[in-house]
Amino acid sequence: MKIVVLVKQVPDSSLERHLSSDDFTVDRASASNVISEIDENAIEAALVLAEETGGEVTVLTVGPDHATESVRKALSMGPDKAVHVVDDAIHGSCAVTTSKILAGALGKQEYDIVLCGAESTDGGTQVMAQMLSQRLGIAALTGARKLTVDGGKITVERQTEDGYQVVSAAAPAIVSVWDSMNTPRYPSLKGIMAAKRKPVETLSLSDLDIDPATVGAGAATSTVVSAEPRPPRGAGQKITDEGSGGSSLAEFLASEKFV
Amino acid sequence: MAEVFVVATGANKLTYEMLTLARGLGEVSAVVLGAPGTAASIADNLAEYGAAKIYAAEDEALDKYLVAPKADALAALVTAKSPAAVLVPSTQEGKEIAGRVAVALDNGVLTDVTGLEADGTATQEIFAGATVVKSKVAKGIPLVTVKPNSVTPEPAPATATIEAVEVSVADSSKLVTVEETVVEPKGDRPDLTEANIVVSGGRGVGSAEQFSVIEEFADLLGAAVGASRAATDSGFYPHKFQVGQTGTTVSPQLYVAAGISGAIQHRAGMQTSKTIVAVNKDEGAPIFEIADYGVVGDLFTVLPQAGEEIRKRRG
Repeated sequence: MKIVVLVKQVPDSSLERHLSSDDFTVDRASASNVISEIDENAIEAALVLAEETGGEVTVLTVGPDHATESVRKALSMGPDKAVHVVDDAIHGSCAVTTSKILAGALGKQEYDIVLCGAESTDGGTQVMAQMLSQRLGIAALTGARKLTVDGGKITVERQTEDGYQVVSAAAPAIVSVWDSMNTPRYPSLKGIMAAKRKPVETLSLSDLDIDPATVGAGAATSTVVSAEPRPPRGAGQKITDEGSGGSSLAEFLASEKFV
Repeated sequence: MAEVFVVATGANKLTYEMLTLARGLGEVSAVVLGAPGTAASIADNLAEYGAAKIYAAEDEALDKYLVAPKADALAALVTAKSPAAVLVPSTQEGKEIAGRVAVALDNGVLTDVTGLEADGTATQEIFAGATVVKSKVAKGIPLVTVKPNSVTPEPAPATATIEAVEVSVADSSKLVTVEETVVEPKGDRPDLTEANIVVSGGRGVGSAEQFSVIEEFADLLGAAVGASRAATDSGFYPHKFQVGQTGTTVSPQLYVAAGISGAIQHRAGMQTSKTIVAVNKDEGAPIFEIADYGVVGDLFTVLPQAGEEIRKRRG
């Protein structure tokens, strides 16, 4: 089984993140960049599937030069090879055009299943799997917390706000996963060493037959017109419980009309 | 006046919020995507919140297959009626439908919008609520998903007419079969995303059994129960109640965080709450930096004592 995992490099969400002041794109230059957290669950799911089916795992990313670090990190977990779409014209692309680039890159790959995180930790839009499904005409099984493959039939337990759904489709399909699905493995030292020698193919827009004028900030279907830091949320009153902390809390809640 | 579409998922608060928000943009039309009979069952509710027209895009296929047929039906209706804007609930399904429609119509899409002006300028809170951005759809009409708890629903009774819409679903949209839909019992507690008050427990609760102290306090306040990722990862509480970056985002009037340190992952899911109360043994816990009222103490003594006092006040 051939598996492609979509990986996005994002600014570390455990640190402060910013938009660039000039074009309101995500400031990656000053950030500590990492693999979007839930994508690591997608990599883990891909590796487990590959182990079960004797498959091959390819990492696919669209991003600037320094996304290579995340590609190597992903490879150190165990995938076989990687494809990195990099082109200056991509900077500032919206989700709609990013899906066009990813669909173009997937068009050059052989795959039975495409795996990705259900959302990225920066954009958090949850739209990419369905956008790719729409573009490629393949099934999208989204929000998986459990994934099973039986022959050509893919079944997913899809986490919903109200509970869950069991949904199924025939391959090829794109499956987006939540972090509740598994615990990503840590790269071993052997894995880190091996990752350095794994093939990483670099593709430009022309390799994908995509006109640079149709992507990037200039062609974005949505734009940010202003960005302001949220006014800092100052700490309020803080008391130490010396026997009547609960009563004081009740008094506060009453004064704020919550009781 | 131009027509504005609101994708209505039922007689629920988020639908009423969207209907309220849409009134500032034009003539409000609700769009119901579902099995036959869905629109009629909620028509009165939609009219009460200002829907002058209800488009009933109804077909068995819309519930049988996942998301794609609903997106097909919505995209076709948008093409036929050229509304001034389309509002979709910012739920998992809503965002997915919006994403497909955006690709189908080559139209921009903005997700998790908390405000929308008449000229289409949308407000979004990004980076865990740390940055407030104003955005616009640059190609096509404003297609936005609206985050729960963004506006206060206000009734504006209208007389609604139901217009049946023919639905045609492409074969390529029937690729995913929904085999089973399981609604897990919520009990009597309000829904996490819609609750006015949320009481959440974290690692400090210590065990699944001891989560009852959180539940009791929540029930006393008529609140929803939430949990931090540390608590759900430890198996103290079901994953679907997780509040945070990778869980549910909440924005209630009151958020009570008990035994939660306040890692950025968690703050991402709750820091737009109006009032934040924190109870934690560790006086250095980062949650205190954003709490309007913090109690440094043991949640197992503080919460029951507060509960006792609240009962007394109520007589």
